[in-house]
Amino acid sequence: MSHAFYVYSSYLVALAITAIAILWTWADGRARQRELAELEAAGVRRRSAAPRTSPVENPKEAASE
Amino acid sequence: MTESLAITKFSDLANPTRFLSLASRLLPWMGGATAIFFVVGLYLAFASEGDYQQGETVRIMYIHVPAAWLSMMCYSVMALSAIGTLVWRHPLADVSHKAAAPLGAAFTLIALITGSLWGKPMWGTWWVWDARLTSVFILFLMYLGIIALNRAMDDPSKAARVSAVLILIGFVNIPIIKFSVDWWNTLHQPASVIRMGGPTIDGEFLRPLLVMAIAYTLLFFTLHVMAIRSEIWRRRIATQRRVAARMASRES
Repeated sequence: MSHAFYVYSSYLVALAITAIAILWTWADGRARQRELAELEAAGVRRRSAAPRTSPVENPKEAASE
Repeated sequence: MTESLAITKFSDLANPTRFLSLASRLLPWMGGATAIFFVVGLYLAFASEGDYQQGETVRIMYIHVPAAWLSMMCYSVMALSAIGTLVWRHPLADVSHKAAAPLGAAFTLIALITGSLWGKPMWGTWWVWDARLTSVFILFLMYLGIIALNRAMDDPSKAARVSAVLILIGFVNIPIIKFSVDWWNTLHQPASVIRMGGPTIDGEFLRPLLVMAIAYTLLFFTLHVMAIRSEIWRRRIATQRRVAARMASRES
Protein backbone atom coordinates (compact mmCIF):
# COMPACT_ATOMS: atom_id res chain seq x y z
CA MET A 1 0.00 0.00 0.00
CA SER A 2 1.35 3.43 -0.94
CA HIS A 3 1.50 5.96 1.91
CA ALA A 4 0.82 3.14 4.38
CA PHE A 5 2.39 5.13 7.24
CA TYR A 6 -0.11 8.00 6.81
CA VAL A 7 -3.14 5.72 6.36
CA TYR A 8 -2.38 3.42 9.31
CA SER A 9 -1.30 6.31 11.56
CA SER A 10 -4.63 8.04 10.87
CA TYR A 11 -6.63 4.94 11.78
CA LEU A 12 -4.51 4.30 14.91
CA VAL A 13 -4.90 7.90 16.11
CA ALA A 14 -8.67 7.79 15.49
CA LEU A 15 -8.90 4.43 17.27
CA ALA A 16 -6.88 5.68 20.26
CA ILE A 17 -8.92 8.89 20.70
CA THR A 18 -12.23 7.04 20.21
CA ALA A 19 -11.18 4.33 22.70
CA ILE A 20 -10.20 6.97 25.28
CA ALA A 21 -13.57 8.75 24.81
CA ILE A 22 -15.51 5.47 25.19
CA LEU A 23 -13.51 4.23 28.21
CA TRP A 24 -13.63 7.64 29.93
CA THR A 25 -17.41 7.92 29.49
CA TRP A 26 -17.96 4.32 30.62
CA ALA A 27 -15.61 4.58 33.64
CA ASP A 28 -17.25 7.86 34.74
CA GLY A 29 -20.67 6.17 34.69
CA ARG A 30 -19.37 3.18 36.67
CA ALA A 31 -17.76 5.43 39.29
CA ARG A 32 -20.99 7.42 39.74
CA GLN A 33 -23.03 4.20 40.03
CA ARG A 34 -20.64 2.99 42.72
CA GLU A 35 -20.96 6.28 44.64
CA LEU A 36 -24.76 6.11 44.45
CA ALA A 37 -24.68 2.52 45.76
CA GLU A 38 -22.41 3.59 48.65
CA LEU A 39 -24.79 6.42 49.58
CA GLU A 40 -27.73 4.04 49.38
CA ALA A 41 -25.90 1.56 51.64
CA ALA A 42 -25.23 4.40 54.12
CA GLY A 43 -28.97 5.11 54.20
CA VAL A 44 -28.81 8.36 52.21
CA ARG A 45 -31.60 8.44 49.62
CA ARG A 46 -33.23 11.00 47.38
CA ARG A 47 -36.35 12.49 48.93
CA SER A 48 -38.48 11.12 46.07
CA ALA A 49 -36.97 7.63 46.54
CA ALA A 50 -37.20 7.61 50.34
CA PRO A 51 -40.07 5.64 51.92
CA ARG A 52 -42.88 7.96 53.02
CA THR A 53 -43.14 7.96 56.82
CA SER A 54 -45.16 11.10 57.49
CA PRO A 55 -48.95 11.13 57.01
CA VAL A 56 -50.15 12.27 53.57
CA GLU A 57 -50.82 15.99 53.68
CA ASN A 58 -52.25 16.39 50.20
CA PRO A 59 -54.22 13.33 49.05
CA LYS A 60 -54.61 14.72 45.51
CA GLU A 61 -50.84 15.07 45.11
CA ALA A 62 -50.28 11.58 46.51
CA ALA A 63 -52.73 10.10 44.02
CA SER A 64 -50.93 11.65 41.08
CA GLU A 65 -47.55 10.12 42.07
CA MET B 1 -55.12 21.71 23.67
CA THR B 2 -52.94 19.74 21.23
CA GLU B 3 -50.08 22.17 21.80
CA SER B 4 -50.28 21.85 25.58
CA LEU B 5 -50.38 18.05 25.20
CA ALA B 6 -47.23 18.18 23.06
CA ILE B 7 -45.48 20.40 25.63
CA THR B 8 -46.52 18.01 28.42
CA LYS B 9 -45.18 15.03 26.46
CA PHE B 10 -41.90 16.86 25.79
CA SER B 11 -41.45 17.93 29.41
CA ASP B 12 -42.19 14.34 30.49
CA LEU B 13 -39.37 13.13 28.25
CA ALA B 14 -37.07 15.91 29.47
CA ASN B 15 -37.60 14.87 33.07
CA PRO B 16 -34.22 13.53 34.37
CA THR B 17 -35.77 10.42 36.02
CA ARG B 18 -37.70 9.59 32.83
CA PHE B 19 -34.53 10.20 30.82
CA LEU B 20 -32.56 7.75 32.99
CA SER B 21 -35.06 4.93 32.49
CA LEU B 22 -35.27 5.64 28.73
CA ALA B 23 -31.44 5.72 28.49
CA SER B 24 -31.02 2.33 30.19
CA ARG B 25 -33.45 0.80 27.70
CA LEU B 26 -31.97 2.50 24.61
CA LEU B 27 -28.22 2.30 25.28
CA PRO B 28 -27.70 -1.44 24.51
CA TRP B 29 -29.46 -0.99 21.13
CA MET B 30 -27.53 2.18 20.33
CA GLY B 31 -24.22 0.52 21.27
CA GLY B 32 -25.03 -2.55 19.17
CA ALA B 33 -26.03 -0.48 16.13
CA THR B 34 -22.84 1.63 16.46
CA ALA B 35 -20.67 -1.52 16.51
CA ILE B 36 -22.42 -3.00 13.44
CA PHE B 37 -22.04 0.21 11.42
CA PHE B 38 -18.36 0.47 12.39
CA VAL B 39 -17.65 -3.13 11.32
CA VAL B 40 -19.37 -2.61 7.94
CA GLY B 41 -17.83 0.87 7.50
CA LEU B 42 -14.29 -0.28 8.26
CA TYR B 43 -14.68 -3.27 5.93
CA LEU B 44 -15.85 -0.99 3.11
CA ALA B 45 -13.10 1.54 3.92
CA PHE B 46 -10.39 -1.04 3.23
CA ALA B 47 -12.20 -3.11 0.56
CA SER B 48 -12.96 -0.14 -1.74
CA GLU B 49 -10.66 1.01 -4.54
CA GLY B 50 -7.97 3.66 -4.12
CA ASP B 51 -8.45 7.02 -5.84
CA TYR B 52 -6.59 7.70 -9.14
CA GLN B 53 -5.13 10.92 -7.70
CA GLN B 54 -5.07 10.43 -3.92
CA GLY B 55 -4.17 6.73 -4.12
CA GLU B 56 -4.55 4.86 -0.82
CA THR B 57 -4.72 8.08 1.22
CA VAL B 58 -8.39 8.36 0.19
CA ARG B 59 -9.00 5.87 3.03
CA ILE B 60 -8.07 8.62 5.52
CA MET B 61 -11.13 10.51 4.26
CA TYR B 62 -13.45 7.81 5.68
CA ILE B 63 -12.45 8.82 9.20
CA HIS B 64 -11.48 12.46 8.64
CA VAL B 65 -14.70 13.65 6.98
CA PRO B 66 -17.17 12.01 9.46
CA ALA B 67 -15.09 13.32 12.41
CA ALA B 68 -15.18 16.83 10.92
CA TRP B 69 -18.97 16.61 10.39
CA LEU B 70 -19.43 15.37 13.96
CA SER B 71 -17.28 18.19 15.35
CA MET B 72 -19.77 20.67 13.87
CA MET B 73 -22.89 18.63 14.68
CA CYS B 74 -21.82 18.25 18.31
CA TYR B 75 -21.42 22.02 18.61
CA SER B 76 -24.86 22.51 17.03
CA VAL B 77 -26.38 20.09 19.60
CA MET B 78 -24.63 22.13 22.32
CA ALA B 79 -26.02 25.38 20.88
CA LEU B 80 -29.58 23.95 20.94
CA SER B 81 -29.02 22.82 24.54
CA ALA B 82 -27.65 26.28 25.40
CA ILE B 83 -30.95 27.78 24.15
CA GLY B 84 -32.73 25.28 26.44
CA THR B 85 -30.62 26.52 29.34
CA LEU B 86 -31.11 30.23 28.70
CA VAL B 87 -34.76 30.26 27.55
CA TRP B 88 -36.37 27.42 29.53
CA ARG B 89 -33.80 27.10 32.35
CA HIS B 90 -34.10 23.36 31.89
CA PRO B 91 -31.62 21.33 34.01
CA LEU B 92 -31.41 18.56 31.39
CA ALA B 93 -30.29 21.16 28.81
CA ASP B 94 -27.48 22.25 31.20
CA VAL B 95 -26.40 18.64 31.54
CA SER B 96 -26.62 18.04 27.78
CA HIS B 97 -24.18 20.78 26.70
CA LYS B 98 -21.77 20.04 29.54
CA ALA B 99 -21.70 16.33 28.60
CA ALA B 100 -21.24 17.00 24.86
CA ALA B 101 -18.19 19.31 25.10
CA PRO B 102 -15.47 16.65 25.72
CA LEU B 103 -16.96 14.47 22.95
CA GLY B 104 -16.89 17.41 20.53
CA ALA B 105 -13.26 18.09 21.46
CA ALA B 106 -12.38 14.41 20.78
CA PHE B 107 -14.01 14.41 17.32
CA THR B 108 -12.39 17.74 16.42
CA LEU B 109 -8.98 16.42 17.48
CA ILE B 110 -9.48 13.33 15.26
CA ALA B 111 -10.42 15.61 12.33
CA LEU B 112 -7.37 17.85 12.88
CA ILE B 113 -4.80 15.05 13.23
CA THR B 114 -6.13 12.85 10.39
CA GLY B 115 -6.40 15.94 8.18
CA SER B 116 -2.78 16.72 8.92
CA LEU B 117 -1.75 13.11 8.16
CA TRP B 118 -3.56 13.39 4.80
CA GLY B 119 -2.15 16.85 4.09
CA LYS B 120 1.51 15.84 4.33
CA PRO B 121 1.52 13.36 1.40
CA MET B 122 -1.12 15.21 -0.67
CA TRP B 123 -0.33 18.91 -0.09
CA GLY B 124 3.28 18.47 0.96
CA THR B 125 2.68 20.09 4.35
CA TRP B 126 1.31 19.04 7.73
CA TRP B 127 -0.49 22.35 8.32
CA VAL B 128 -1.40 25.65 6.66
CA TRP B 129 -3.17 28.57 8.29
CA ASP B 130 -5.94 28.67 5.68
CA ALA B 131 -9.52 29.60 6.56
CA ARG B 132 -10.88 26.03 6.95
CA LEU B 133 -8.02 24.67 9.05
CA THR B 134 -7.81 27.78 11.22
CA SER B 135 -11.58 27.92 11.87
CA VAL B 136 -11.61 24.21 12.87
CA PHE B 137 -8.63 24.82 15.17
CA ILE B 138 -10.61 27.69 16.76
CA LEU B 139 -13.53 25.26 17.23
CA PHE B 140 -11.17 22.91 19.10
CA LEU B 141 -10.03 25.78 21.34
CA MET B 142 -13.70 26.71 21.94
CA TYR B 143 -14.41 23.17 23.14
CA LEU B 144 -11.42 23.30 25.51
CA GLY B 145 -12.54 26.72 26.82
CA ILE B 146 -16.08 25.45 27.51
CA ILE B 147 -14.73 22.34 29.32
CA ALA B 148 -12.43 24.55 31.44
CA LEU B 149 -15.27 26.99 32.23
CA ASN B 150 -17.58 24.17 33.34
CA ARG B 151 -14.88 22.77 35.60
CA ALA B 152 -13.87 26.14 37.03
CA MET B 153 -17.24 26.92 38.63
CA ASP B 154 -18.66 25.06 41.63
CA ASP B 155 -22.31 25.98 41.09
CA PRO B 156 -23.45 23.81 38.11
CA SER B 157 -26.48 25.94 37.17
CA LYS B 158 -24.40 29.15 37.17
CA ALA B 159 -21.65 27.40 35.15
CA ALA B 160 -24.33 26.20 32.69
CA ARG B 161 -25.69 29.73 32.12
CA VAL B 162 -22.23 31.25 31.59
CA SER B 163 -21.09 28.47 29.26
CA ALA B 164 -24.44 28.64 27.37
CA VAL B 165 -23.70 32.29 26.52
CA LEU B 166 -20.17 31.35 25.41
CA ILE B 167 -21.52 28.45 23.29
CA LEU B 168 -24.03 30.70 21.52
CA ILE B 169 -21.40 33.38 20.83
CA GLY B 170 -19.05 30.68 19.50
CA PHE B 171 -21.78 29.28 17.23
CA VAL B 172 -20.90 32.00 14.72
CA ASN B 173 -17.85 29.84 13.93
CA ILE B 174 -19.98 26.94 12.55
CA PRO B 175 -21.19 28.67 9.33
CA ILE B 176 -17.68 30.15 8.99
CA ILE B 177 -16.22 26.60 9.02
CA LYS B 178 -18.85 25.31 6.57
CA PHE B 179 -18.55 28.16 4.06
CA SER B 180 -14.86 29.05 4.58
CA VAL B 181 -13.92 27.03 1.49
CA ASP B 182 -16.37 29.08 -0.62
CA TRP B 183 -15.75 32.53 0.90
CA TRP B 184 -11.94 32.42 0.84
CA ASN B 185 -9.28 30.94 -1.39
CA THR B 186 -8.20 27.93 0.66
CA LEU B 187 -5.86 24.99 0.17
CA HIS B 188 -8.66 22.82 1.59
CA GLN B 189 -10.94 21.56 -1.19
CA PRO B 190 -14.58 22.80 -1.41
CA ALA B 191 -17.57 20.68 -0.30
CA SER B 192 -17.98 17.49 -2.33
CA VAL B 193 -20.79 15.66 -0.48
CA ILE B 194 -23.20 18.11 1.19
CA ARG B 195 -23.57 20.72 -1.56
CA MET B 196 -26.13 22.19 -3.94
CA GLY B 197 -26.43 19.90 -6.96
CA GLY B 198 -25.57 16.71 -5.04
CA PRO B 199 -22.32 14.90 -4.25
CA THR B 200 -19.49 15.06 -6.77
CA ILE B 201 -17.64 11.98 -5.54
CA ASP B 202 -18.00 8.50 -7.00
CA GLY B 203 -20.26 5.89 -5.35
CA GLU B 204 -17.19 3.74 -4.66
CA PHE B 205 -15.98 6.37 -2.16
CA LEU B 206 -19.41 7.66 -1.10
CA ARG B 207 -20.61 4.29 0.27
CA PRO B 208 -17.88 3.78 2.93
CA LEU B 209 -18.00 7.49 3.72
CA LEU B 210 -21.75 7.46 4.46
CA VAL B 211 -21.60 4.20 6.45
CA MET B 212 -18.74 5.60 8.55
CA ALA B 213 -20.67 8.88 8.98
CA ILE B 214 -23.67 6.93 10.35
CA ALA B 215 -21.32 4.92 12.63
CA TYR B 216 -19.72 8.11 14.00
CA THR B 217 -23.13 9.77 14.49
CA LEU B 218 -24.45 6.73 16.39
CA LEU B 219 -21.26 6.67 18.46
CA PHE B 220 -21.70 10.34 19.34
CA PHE B 221 -25.33 9.92 20.44
CA THR B 222 -24.51 6.74 22.42
CA LEU B 223 -21.67 8.46 24.27
CA HIS B 224 -23.73 11.63 24.73
CA VAL B 225 -26.61 9.72 26.36
CA MET B 226 -24.08 7.87 28.59
CA ALA B 227 -22.37 11.13 29.56
CA ILE B 228 -25.72 12.86 30.30
CA ARG B 229 -26.68 9.92 32.51
CA SER B 230 -23.38 10.13 34.43
CA GLU B 231 -23.79 13.89 34.87
CA ILE B 232 -27.33 13.45 36.27
CA TRP B 233 -25.97 10.87 38.71
CA ARG B 234 -23.08 13.21 39.64
CA ARG B 235 -25.55 15.99 40.51
CA ARG B 236 -27.77 13.65 42.50
CA ILE B 237 -24.73 12.43 44.47
CA ALA B 238 -23.71 16.04 45.25
CA THR B 239 -27.26 16.86 46.41
CA GLN B 240 -27.54 13.73 48.54
CA ARG B 241 -24.15 14.44 50.16
CA ARG B 242 -25.25 18.01 50.96
CA VAL B 243 -28.50 16.74 52.51
CA ALA B 244 -26.61 14.08 54.51
CA ALA B 245 -24.10 16.68 55.77
CA ARG B 246 -26.95 19.03 56.78
CA MET B 247 -28.72 16.24 58.65
CA ALA B 248 -25.49 15.21 60.39
CA SER B 249 -24.78 18.79 61.50
CA ARG B 250 -28.35 19.10 62.86
CA GLU B 251 -27.98 15.87 64.82
CA SER B 252 -24.67 16.97 66.33
